[in-house]
Amino acid sequence: MAEADRYVETFVELVRRAATELPPDVVEALQKAREREQQETLAQRALATILNNVDLAREASLPICQDTGTPVVWIHHPIGVSTRELGSAMVEAVRRATAKQYLRPNAVNTFTGKNTGDGTGRGIPLLHFEEWDSPDIEVRLILKGGGSENVSAQYKLPDSRLGAGRDLEGVRRVVLDALVAAQGKGCAPGVLGICIGGDRVSGFEESKRQLLRPLPDTNPVPELAALEETILTQANTLGVGPMGFGGRTTLIGVKIGVLDRLPACYFVTISYMCWADRRAGVRIAEGGEVTWLS
Amino acid sequence: MAELKLPVDEATIRGLKMGDYVELTGRMITGRDAAHKWLIESFREEVAPFMKDTVIYHCGPVVRHDDDGSWSFVAAGPTTSIREEPYQADVICTYGLRGVIGKGGMGRKTLDGLARCGAVYLHAVGGAAQVLARSVKRVERVFMLEEFGVPEALWVIDVERFPVMVTMDSHGGSLHETVEQQSRQKLEELLGLGA
Repeated sequence: MAEADRYVETFVELVRRAATELPPDVVEALQKAREREQQETLAQRALATILNNVDLAREASLPICQDTGTPVVWIHHPIGVSTRELGSAMVEAVRRATAKQYLRPNAVNTFTGKNTGDGTGRGIPLLHFEEWDSPDIEVRLILKGGGSENVSAQYKLPDSRLGAGRDLEGVRRVVLDALVAAQGKGCAPGVLGICIGGDRVSGFEESKRQLLRPLPDTNPVPELAALEETILTQANTLGVGPMGFGGRTTLIGVKIGVLDRLPACYFVTISYMCWADRRAGVRIAEGGEVTWLS
Repeated sequence: MAELKLPVDEATIRGLKMGDYVELTGRMITGRDAAHKWLIESFREEVAPFMKDTVIYHCGPVVRHDDDGSWSFVAAGPTTSIREEPYQADVICTYGLRGVIGKGGMGRKTLDGLARCGAVYLHAVGGAAQVLARSVKRVERVFMLEEFGVPEALWVIDVERFPVMVTMDSHGGSLHETVEQQSRQKLEELLGLGA
C-alpha cells in the first residue's frame, strides 16, 4: 500500500508536468514556426500568443489549455509488478491532479450527460500495459484534447476519390486529404501520429503511440522517414496555417508507424495532436529512484 | 486598429475587415451551448442589457471561487463555435450583439446575420487559456450558474486588451472560407487531381 501511494505522488507530478509544461522540442518547433511566418500576419500573432501562453502556464503551474484532454498512458513494468496496482495508482493520480486544478474535470457520463467531477470515468484515463525485462517501471503519458480528437480520421485503401492505392503514395494522399478536412479546427499547427495497417482499434492505438516520439527524431525505417519528411513539407505548402488563419506552418511534426494487417484490410489511421502537444514520461528504478523523461 | 472599447457602435464594427487584429477592453459576456438555446427560447430581459452593443464569448472557463465570495477566471480559452450555428444569427440580431468570440469559425447563416445586423466574428487563439484568462480583470456577475454549471453559465466579465482576430466581417468576408478554398486547390495540385 505504501508503495502504491508512492506511485500516486509520482504520477500526479507526471500529470502536472504534462498539463502545464510543454516539452522543449515542441516549444522549439513553435519558435521556429513563428520565425518562419511573415511579420504582422495573423499566423505570426497566433504563434506569438501561443508561445506567451506556454510561458505563463509553466511559470504559474496552470493548464496550458482549459481542455486538458484524455490522459492516455503507456506503462512498461517488470515481471511480478501488479498492473492492477499501477492502474489504480494512475486513476487516483488523475483524481488528485483534477482536485489540484492541473486537470479540468473532463469525464462526462455518456448516458446521463453528467460530469463525473473527478476527471476519471469508464475508459478514462486510458491505460496500456506491457511487461518488459528491465527491473524499472516506465510510464509515458499524453493529454489528448477533444478538438484535435474530433478531426482525427481513419481511411481504408484503396480510395478511388483520392486516387490512393495500397502503397506509401496512397498513404501520402489520404493524410494530406485529412489535413485539409481538418483545416485549423484541431488547433493547428499540429503533429500527426499515423499508423499504416492494423485493424480499426490497433490503428488508432498505434497512431497515438507515435505521438510519444520526440519531434526531431528520425524514423529508423528509411522509407517511412522519407514519407514523414515529404508529408511535413507538403503540408506546410497547403496554406492552412496556425489556427487556420493561413500561413506557412500547418504541421510541426509527422510520425508514422506500421502494423501488419489482414489481406482484406489496409487502414491508414491519423491522430491529430494540437499545438499543445502535451506529453511527459517518468522512469522509476527498482530502488524507487525517479528520472523524468521528456 | 489596436484597441477596441466595449460597448461599441455599429459604425465601428462595420469598419472592421477580415484579417484585422484587435484587442478588446470593456464588458463582455460568455455563453456556449446551453446559453444559446436558452437565449432563443424566449427573450431574457435580465440578460439583454449585458449583451447590447458588446460581444458574446464561446468559452467554458475554469473559475475559482475566492474566499471573499468573488470569482476569478483560472483558464479561459475559446471553445469550438460551429455548435452554435443554428442559434447564433438570431441571438446576434435579437439582443443587438456586435460580435462573437470563439474558435474555428462559423457558417453561412451566421455570416449572413453578421451582415444583416452589423456584427463580426472574432477568433481567439485556441488553447491559449492562460493568456486569455489574464485578460479577464474582473467577474462582474453570473447568470444561470446553478442551472447550467460553471462552464455553461453566462459570465459577465471585464476584460483588458483581450487579443482576437477578425476572421468573419459584416461585409460577407470569411477568412475560413478563403483559407479552405485555397488549401483545397493546393491539395488538388499536390495530388494531381482536378483540371
